[in-house]
Amino acid sequence: MTEQRRVAHIVHDNAALADHLHALWERPHTLVGWLSSTDHKDIGRRYLVTAFAFLLLGGLEALALRLQLAKPDSTLLPPEAYDQMFTMHGVSMIFLYAQPILSGFANFLWPLVLGARDMAFPRLNALSYWIFLCAGIFIYSSFLIGAAPNDGWFNYVPYAAREYNPGPNMDFMSLGIIFLGISTTIGAINFVVTWMRHRAPGMSINRLPIIVWGTLTASAANIVVIPAVSLAFFLLWLDRQFNTSFFAVEAGGQPLLWQHLFWIFGHPWVYALVLPAIGLSADAIPVLARRPLVGYTPVALATVSTMAIGFGVWVHHMFATGLPGLSLSFFSGASILIAIPSAVTVFALIATIFSGKPVINTAFLFFAAFIILFVIGGVSGFMTAAIPVDWQLTDTYFVVAHIHYVLIGINVFPVVGSLYFWLPKMTGRMLGERLGRWNFWLMFAGVNIAFLPMHLTGLWGMPRRIYTYHAGMGWSALNMITTVGAFIFAVGVLLLLVNIALSLKVGAKAGPNPWRAGTLEWATTSPPQPYNFVVIPTIASRHPLWEEDLNDTRHRSHVHRGYELSDHHETIGTTTVDAVPDIILKMPSPSLTPLLLALALSALFVGLLLHAWWVVGAAGAAILAVLAAWLWPQAHLGERLEESETAGAGS
Amino acid sequence: MTDDTADTPRVPLPVGTTGTSANGWYGMWGLVATEGSLFGFLLFGYYYLLFHNTGPWPPDGLPSLRISGPGTLILLASSGVIWWAEHHVRKGRRAVGALIVALTLAMGVVFVALQLKEWAGRPFAFGGTPYSSLYFTITGFHMAHVVVGLLVLLALLVWTALGYFDGRRNAVFRIGALYWHFVDVVWLFVFSTFYLSPYLLR
Amino acid sequence: MTARQGPLPTAGPMRARPPRLLLLAGVSACLLAAANPARADIPLNYLVSAGARANHILPLTWGVSIISVLVVITLSGLLLWAILRRRGGPPTRTFDNTPASRGGDGLRWISWGVGLSSIVLFATVIWTIRTVARVMEPDEEPAITLEVIAHQWWWEVRYPGAMPSQGFTTANEIHIPVGQPVRIRLKGADVIHSFWVPLLAGKTDVIPGTVNTTWMTADAPGTYRGQCTEYCGVEHANMGFLVIAQPRPEFDAWRRAQASSAAPPARPRAREGEAHFKARCGACHSVRGTGAGGRVGPDLTHLMSRQTLAAATIPNTPDTLARWIIHAQDMKPRSLMPNIRMPEDEHAAITAYLQTLE
Repeated sequence: MTEQRRVAHIVHDNAALADHLHALWERPHTLVGWLSSTDHKDIGRRYLVTAFAFLLLGGLEALALRLQLAKPDSTLLPPEAYDQMFTMHGVSMIFLYAQPILSGFANFLWPLVLGARDMAFPRLNALSYWIFLCAGIFIYSSFLIGAAPNDGWFNYVPYAAREYNPGPNMDFMSLGIIFLGISTTIGAINFVVTWMRHRAPGMSINRLPIIVWGTLTASAANIVVIPAVSLAFFLLWLDRQFNTSFFAVEAGGQPLLWQHLFWIFGHPWVYALVLPAIGLSADAIPVLARRPLVGYTPVALATVSTMAIGFGVWVHHMFATGLPGLSLSFFSGASILIAIPSAVTVFALIATIFSGKPVINTAFLFFAAFIILFVIGGVSGFMTAAIPVDWQLTDTYFVVAHIHYVLIGINVFPVVGSLYFWLPKMTGRMLGERLGRWNFWLMFAGVNIAFLPMHLTGLWGMPRRIYTYHAGMGWSALNMITTVGAFIFAVGVLLLLVNIALSLKVGAKAGPNPWRAGTLEWATTSPPQPYNFVVIPTIASRHPLWEEDLNDTRHRSHVHRGYELSDHHETIGTTTVDAVPDIILKMPSPSLTPLLLALALSALFVGLLLHAWWVVGAAGAAILAVLAAWLWPQAHLGERLEESETAGAGS
Repeated sequence: MTDDTADTPRVPLPVGTTGTSANGWYGMWGLVATEGSLFGFLLFGYYYLLFHNTGPWPPDGLPSLRISGPGTLILLASSGVIWWAEHHVRKGRRAVGALIVALTLAMGVVFVALQLKEWAGRPFAFGGTPYSSLYFTITGFHMAHVVVGLLVLLALLVWTALGYFDGRRNAVFRIGALYWHFVDVVWLFVFSTFYLSPYLLR
Repeated sequence: MTARQGPLPTAGPMRARPPRLLLLAGVSACLLAAANPARADIPLNYLVSAGARANHILPLTWGVSIISVLVVITLSGLLLWAILRRRGGPPTRTFDNTPASRGGDGLRWISWGVGLSSIVLFATVIWTIRTVARVMEPDEEPAITLEVIAHQWWWEVRYPGAMPSQGFTTANEIHIPVGQPVRIRLKGADVIHSFWVPLLAGKTDVIPGTVNTTWMTADAPGTYRGQCTEYCGVEHANMGFLVIAQPRPEFDAWRRAQASSAAPPARPRAREGEAHFKARCGACHSVRGTGAGGRVGPDLTHLMSRQTLAAATIPNTPDTLARWIIHAQDMKPRSLMPNIRMPEDEHAAITAYLQTLE
């Protein structure tokens, strides 16, 4: 290697080049090959499968809760078990499903929609997945000793402190979330740098699919706010192990410090859970409506501004804590006005459908339902943003209804729609339409039967997080209805699993572009080749594959004619705003170091949990060794001079 | 089959990890952003607990700058030293470069030693009060970052001595140096909070 | 390149109509059910109000609810119209027979939609801030200031007196005079709880280390249910309380009675029970006028004046009281009151004694 500069030639894609790239990029089909893969498509698929597994676990926990709450004065679940169930339901859904599933789609799609060969940091990408898996197992292993986290997904002190919660439950939670946060942060940095540098030439900033805008916004926010929650849990862990006084009241600690740190993270986090999913919807709906998105620029700006305003609303989770009215009013105003960018997106999507010619298949149904569920979740949020109303609504089932509409409506429904839409690209096989209809209607009916009446349950005063209630409170019928709805929803999810399984076995072949869509991922095979594109395309519009249909004479992208980059693993690097090529990037080969590092980190956290300091020390040493191997400059990546070049270097 | 058409740039592009076009450079800035936020939140905790504190703060009187002052100066100077080392490395002078990196490393070690001496001299234990909890946690977090920085400097020392870098291939060096600069800038904020702000807020 | 996607609906409009009607029907049913005021069978319902502070909040609650329902109905309608409206072209659209095309402008949707929404949103912000200002403080000086100390999982209530001997402590039941504001200082003994009487006021968290203050007024005499509404541990579900509003003369009489110490029991069995009580229960419970001074559990000096036991979890009847003493863990698992084993005659004596604590 070690050529300093090279002209990247433009060629037509051809079979010889494709075979050469295939040999270069295909990873061996062995166990080691599987474990050492750094291919974003493999990592994306793993994220999807693992996140889905946590969705199912969280769903089972929810069904247990609903069985307990179906009737008053129920003794199905004793209170400690109930408390662990509702906590782990929240933790599984919010931390182990909702964000990783979006990472899965984003990981798989980004290089394909951007016209690149991989993400900016392929090995870090693999590491972020392995850490996610290990952290999820770490937290769930607490069930094996009956000591799962039990203080809700937001873990308020003092109840989380050792004095009131002496078991290891909250240690599993604290260390587990810190561990998971490493994965999310690494992933976020990866997305931001990929966005900055890894695009096809000509894919300027105003030609990016909305999934890119959504994931980028979520990632930029995560980089800055995940430290808040990691710190909060670290301080809690210190209070619990070493009797520090951050939150301990007798020593002068402040319980509200926990709430501030947690919600400064927590509110941007919930936008991170939905903005990428809105991006998926805003990319799929135009294809299904057969026209470009109405208001691309307003929607992109709305995505970013939602998150920007979202940094300034966290106190709306603390309206009842006795803070001064003036500061509450600021946060209330921001929490109400944040609906404006959401309205931009909702109206843009309705306008796209209205002025398009929608083809109504299962994917379309899920995305259309997302729009209305988004509105329902949005208005219940608007209601809680009005402070005095929140003083009645907060900590009742009204908020539970709100969060389920926003999470199921703005995350789960787009995710399932995206499975119908993009799984054919990932697997090469279509999902069944007839089964898809049953899947959709059962899920749609289920979510509305379960959660629409729940608004009333909340308005009638049922508090959150109670393991049972008395018959005289007036909530019995509503709870039974919700339980029935939950089970209908569960059957719908089951049908989804059946549909996916059947698709993998006997689904119709998808071909490269079953939806006659316009963006770059549909120019690849289904599933895509390991190297994604034979030649790096040059981009001239938002919909490279629609330019002919749209009679776009001014803009002509080239997909089958582009940059030849075939000297080992290479892709092109471009400038951020205008996507002008400025470097040929050398990508690393598959490696076991990410898995090894994740295992070493797991050992570290297990050592911390058990107070086994020698394990911590040994794990630390292992981490350093693996990092040294990983980061050692390699000549073929251009990180250092070759031996032949250094021999002559003088002082 | 090559087909260079008129509208394609024929500018030769740099290949591999170079200068400020390297992915690693932006990755390190991402790390700086997230770790910087972490320290931001730590200091937020300091000021929050200070605001709600009753009684004197710091509990054992105004902090002395006898040890921390010189330590700060040494740490900040070490940033200049590594910058000077980078200058030589880019000129391809590996022995001199390695030596100056070693000097930076030594200065970092001195800083850690002074910090530990400062810790030993504290009259309070780890967790008894919010102030003591904050003091050891925040300066401890910083010290941990310094230790990681020392390992980074050690790696840079070894790689420079092995002749890995020159004027064309030095991105790895610059990325490592960026981390060291970050550690020094963070210390400015931590030092100002613990050692200077009590005098201002008196 | 083409792929089968399976059968597409032949009668699109008919298949999609049900959800709109279902949605409307569901929403209307919920509204009608909720609109029935003063449902005594829903003690924590806050779609109605019974006191000045809650009265000021209620219009805003209904206002944002109605706005929300209207927005949902409107947008559902727009979405369904967008999907189902008649367009030209092939009767059944597929991806192949419907190539991508530009379509109309569409931006007007965003302008109008966002414009109208913004007006409503801004108006709500103003309305909200005005309501906050209205309810922060009572219009007149409070008639009385109480202290409520939240424990896991019961409420300690302290009334002041002109002299210390006129102050007293009770538990889980708060009496207030009708028509006059009452200020309550909230203290936490252990973890965070939240003090909520929906018919009279919004909730205020109880945070250890800080004193939060709330106030409320009851318009009419009655019993108003309260509940802890911040997850505080295993028995959070069973941490209710009652607020009983009485006309001023009756309230004053209640207060005088509560301030007095317990009268020594007349009957021998109750006297025997008092001795057993001091031995077994005095470590945790207080009865003024005896030696029992425990502060771990509620003060029992006037236990029989209360309507409920165990923080509004069970009614206060002779049977439940007797059961509670020896089977507390079965009725409120993990509460700090253990199942106390004792001989049956001791149990009967203690119960008899407690029943004298009017």
